[in-house]
Amino acid sequence: MSATAGTVRQPALDTTRRLFRDRPVVPLIGLLAILVIVMEIASPGIVNPGWAGVILRTAVPLAILAGCQTLTMLTGGIDLSVGAIASMAGFVTATLLHSEGGVAQGIAVSLAAAALAGLVTGIAVGVFRVHPLIATLGMSFIVLGLANVWQLQSVQTGAGVPDILRTIGSGLELEVIPNSLVVFVPIMALILFTLRRTGYGRLLFAIGDNPVAARLSGARSWQVILVLYVISALLAGIAGLVLAGATNTASVSLADSLVLPSVAAAVIGGTSIFGGRGGYGGTIVGALILTVLSALLTVLGLPEPTKQIVFGAIIVAVAAAYTRVTAES
Amino acid sequence: MSAAAAPIGARSAGPADAIAAFTRRNAWTIGLIGLLVVLFVFTKAIQPRYGPVPIQGLGTSVMPLMLAAVAQAVVVIGGGIDLSIGSMMALTSVVSATLMKGQGEEFGVGVVIGVLLLGVVLGGINGGLVVVTRVPDIIVTLAMSFVWAGFALLVRSAPGGGASTWLKTIVNGAFLNEWIPRATVVVVIVVFAIWIPLSRSRIGLSIYAIGSNQLAAFRSGVPVGRTRVAAYVVTGVFSALAGLSLTATTGIGSPVPGPYTLLSVAAVVLGGVSLAGGRGGVLGPLIAVVILQLIQTDLTFLHVDPNFGLVAQGAILIGVVMVGSVIQFRRARA
Repeated sequence: MSATAGTVRQPALDTTRRLFRDRPVVPLIGLLAILVIVMEIASPGIVNPGWAGVILRTAVPLAILAGCQTLTMLTGGIDLSVGAIASMAGFVTATLLHSEGGVAQGIAVSLAAAALAGLVTGIAVGVFRVHPLIATLGMSFIVLGLANVWQLQSVQTGAGVPDILRTIGSGLELEVIPNSLVVFVPIMALILFTLRRTGYGRLLFAIGDNPVAARLSGARSWQVILVLYVISALLAGIAGLVLAGATNTASVSLADSLVLPSVAAAVIGGTSIFGGRGGYGGTIVGALILTVLSALLTVLGLPEPTKQIVFGAIIVAVAAAYTRVTAES
Repeated sequence: MSAAAAPIGARSAGPADAIAAFTRRNAWTIGLIGLLVVLFVFTKAIQPRYGPVPIQGLGTSVMPLMLAAVAQAVVVIGGGIDLSIGSMMALTSVVSATLMKGQGEEFGVGVVIGVLLLGVVLGGINGGLVVVTRVPDIIVTLAMSFVWAGFALLVRSAPGGGASTWLKTIVNGAFLNEWIPRATVVVVIVVFAIWIPLSRSRIGLSIYAIGSNQLAAFRSGVPVGRTRVAAYVVTGVFSALAGLSLTATTGIGSPVPGPYTLLSVAAVVLGGVSLAGGRGGVLGPLIAVVILQLIQTDLTFLHVDPNFGLVAQGAILIGVVMVGSVIQFRRARA
């Protein structure tokens, strides 16, 4: 639907359009800045380094989960299993706290379980061409069910979140820099590098842009997609560990509430749900925007219901403005 | 697919051909009915006491999800998806429960009509936003799920309210024969009273057309935007019915959305409606809901941890779609 093709092009609009399409991070950072300024006006003095640290800390798990959505959406997919997998990873690690291998074993087991879930999803999507929405939805039922079973089976239900996860998830160096950046920065660098500089990244874009053309050009798309969903599940598992540390809770539904915001963060960040267009830089800013917005609505003293309504309305508004400017169908 | 397999008018169609064509066209639904019968026999075999009373309970408990599945089916047939169904159900349920509490039976009828109109409005807003903003359906309805859930919390911050007695009566017990749950009869009547006239009308055909190929539909003169809004309105009405059935079956309204959105997507896919749009009906999803619930029940009878029921649902969802895509792939090659 290229309805705008016939309209008269205005140079100014064209420049904006190109800016949004090619460098979505720039206008998004502008939006983020506006939100921070509104925050400062709403509650003078609140914006300081400590506050920024807390916002960053809150945004890290969301940004990692939004990374799962960005990568899968680039190929035209989506990953609805990230919530269940993230919760499972945090929960399993907590229950294995007092086992022989301790924390290391817990983390290894939970990430292995996450990778296995991703492998099954990847086989379903890549080899059997199951719609990603269905495959990941089914996988979220499977993981949640098995996590519930594990909850009943595990003896040490009283075990808490391991100290090391709490330090990484919720600690602030000099009360400003969140420790979770130790986990996040390498992940961010890896995703940005993969998408921009490696053949695998280009394959993700190619498959999302035109799967048939990609296949005819010799891309083994089933292998690419299989690996993609394993990566996505592993990222979700890591996000779950950080989240468990940040909130000091381990439950089988801990990360469920982050699934929808993670999709929203990727969309606001300029990644197209139809595939082939987007990037992780925008997604990170998108996650920050959602986190600041949520904090702002709390500072404004809005009750929880109103907060939800405004939150949803703003997601629609931003996505609509975005679609309007980039003239995507 | 099926249309391409049997060119129309290739040869004169005898009654045997007609039956064969009917079977082929409805193979998925017939398979589901077969699976349902097998499951009932299996349930009776492992639990000889499984009789009229549990079946009536089954009919009542699956009622909200049945209506949610139909709601999802309509919009998916039109090539969209609605991730706000669970939230719309919560909102319509709390509104109806709050208004009905302590009021007379006649007032309850007015409330039902009002809530159905609310469903029209909610669906109209969803559809209107999808068409006007041109943002993908999944994003708009995802965001609107926050909005509707927020409104539900504004209406009631905690579960409560009440339901008219007649409303509770029509979803419990049996109808005519003790083996026929009244709730299921209500669902079937309501669904087919709306769906059969609709699917044969111009709007219904247009919904199938835009789901099948939006550009072709547009070039054939189908008003694409209006039809999409219409599909969302129908989904809104069925979501309101599902919300009313929540109020009727539980007797109260809860502002927290249940797992209905995602389960409805699962039921629709298992029911043979293609997520790509344009194919399938509402009967398949209705049967799929009962199958999913019966599997849970059987696992309980087999003394399996009920959490494995969730695992089974997920595995069935992926497995069935995998098998479906393999069959399609073979057919496309043959």
